[in-house]
Amino acid sequence: MIKVDRIHKSFGNVQALRGVSFAAPDGKITGLLGPNGAGKSTIMRVLYTVLRPDKGYASVDGIDVVADSLAARRRIGALPHGAGLYPHLTARENITYFARLCGVEKGVLDDQVDNIIKLLEIGDFADRRTKGFSQGQRTKVSLARALVHDPQNVILDEPTNGLDVMATRSLRDLILKLKDAGRCVLFSSHVMQEVAALCDDICIIADGVVAIDDSIDGIRERTGCDDLEDAFVAAIHLVAAE
Amino acid sequence: MTRTLVTVFLKEIVDNLRDRRSLASALIMGPIFGPLLFAFVISLSIERSLDDVEETMELPVVGREYAPNLVRYLESRNIEITDGPADPDAAAAAVRTGLHDVVLVIPEDFGAQLAATIPARVKLYSDGANTQGGREARRATRALSAYNRELAAIRLSARGINPLVLRPINIDDIDVSTPSGRSAMLLGMMSYFFIFALLMGGMYLAIDSTAGERERGSLEPLLSLPVTRTQLMLGKIAATGVFMAFSLMLSLLSFYVVLKFMPLEKLGMTPNFDLAVVVAAFFLLAPFILLGASLMTLVASFTKSYKEAQTWISVVLIAPTLPILIVSILTLRPQLEFMFVPSLSQHLILVDMIKNEPLNGLHIAISVFSTLVFGALLTWVCARLYRREGLLG
Repeated sequence: MIKVDRIHKSFGNVQALRGVSFAAPDGKITGLLGPNGAGKSTIMRVLYTVLRPDKGYASVDGIDVVADSLAARRRIGALPHGAGLYPHLTARENITYFARLCGVEKGVLDDQVDNIIKLLEIGDFADRRTKGFSQGQRTKVSLARALVHDPQNVILDEPTNGLDVMATRSLRDLILKLKDAGRCVLFSSHVMQEVAALCDDICIIADGVVAIDDSIDGIRERTGCDDLEDAFVAAIHLVAAE
Repeated sequence: MTRTLVTVFLKEIVDNLRDRRSLASALIMGPIFGPLLFAFVISLSIERSLDDVEETMELPVVGREYAPNLVRYLESRNIEITDGPADPDAAAAAVRTGLHDVVLVIPEDFGAQLAATIPARVKLYSDGANTQGGREARRATRALSAYNRELAAIRLSARGINPLVLRPINIDDIDVSTPSGRSAMLLGMMSYFFIFALLMGGMYLAIDSTAGERERGSLEPLLSLPVTRTQLMLGKIAATGVFMAFSLMLSLLSFYVVLKFMPLEKLGMTPNFDLAVVVAAFFLLAPFILLGASLMTLVASFTKSYKEAQTWISVVLIAPTLPILIVSILTLRPQLEFMFVPSLSQHLILVDMIKNEPLNGLHIAISVFSTLVFGALLTWVCARLYRREGLLG
């Protein structure tokens, strides 16, 4: 369960977030949709606590991300945008390193790493050094690394970037599995179709504010557009008009 | 807390053991390159200083037939006389163009002037801008002056005067330096090599674990884990420190081996650098590891990219040499105040060790303590900087 309440964040003179509010419930996939530079990554970075908001409140499972960032991070598995691996370590070692840092107990560590390797179907290259991995392989390993400690809340920043059709499909299947397991999944993208195919709720962000936060049908209704792409554009124009 | 630290520490060690660049700088650059350079410089200076006495020197002479006795005398001093250019003008030209380093010209009336007890003139052509020629010219001048003194003594004796009247004062040069002490001057530069090897050993690890991690995009996922940044940083500094300690140890041992094979006794030097000193030097320099590791981590976490970090850390590599350089130029003796300055204090104590002089316990205590305090202080600053948002760049 993720809650964001009127979050503001500026970098110098640039106002990246101007009072963003939304909620992402457990057992649902919430999509953060918006054009490049809308503030999607910034809001996610606030949630996994590498950025501190200037104003406003955000919580993960009821834990304040500013006041108790360590506890909040324990409830989160994050895949930052363009996450990199350690090229001299094998995929398995990359995953194990993160599992240890997340405090996975020694007795279950190997099992848990094996499970996530199986779940993400990366067994074929799990024991190879990650130098020279394809984008798809790298994303899968990064994802395995983020999920190895079995977090309740999963934050994925543009995970499908640079993935081919097959890799995108298997990632979609995985996200649906997480939903079925009752996890809270927050997932950002600038591709409308992708979000529409996957998400229960969509939060469209433009220019640092939330343009629309609703279900897919709700968005269709409120913008009066049947086509989702038109609805997306209409929502963004709404913000620009203000 | 400790589990995180150990996890980060072990990961950085494994990661960098597999990285050829980190490994090369820890195992080769500092430990091997330093002693080799040192051996090269020392053997060059040994050769130069031994050259003077032993080697036969060639001296072209114009008009050798006018002074057969002088020629014979020079030959007895291991100077081989060859036929010079045709005339004095040609001799000057030959020296100017570098054909000969030095040419002696004996005029036709040399014998006659000598017989008449008029100061007999000879001309020695040399080029002051030519260092090699300068040495040859000095040697020829010394030989000629010796001949001059010998003739004077003979003349005085012939007139019934004791030749010693020409020597109212006798100067005895007494060098009080011990062979170990003489070593210290040349071997003083060793401490720089040790500190250099120490820093080089951890340089790439420090860059890789901060600026490198940021550039690869692995820093942000790492910071999103439920561990504090201070723990991450301490683990990285610890791994850097281990690489540095290893590099220092290798450097000390390779110097130990190199010095065994160097003909230092020919220069009248016997450096006190046995295994006990190697061990003592390791513990003397070890406190510098924390300081160096935190300094490099600090610099690397400021910079935006791997390359930028490399540039700045190269500057850091020079910094500890500055106090050593200043003290060497001013030839300052160890003083209490100097012991508060890291790198300088280690240098001065190490020089005393090599000179085999009694060590001042207070000096060592201050050196160790102040270096550790500086290191702890920098680590603290580092931890503060790690908490910045800007760390992600």
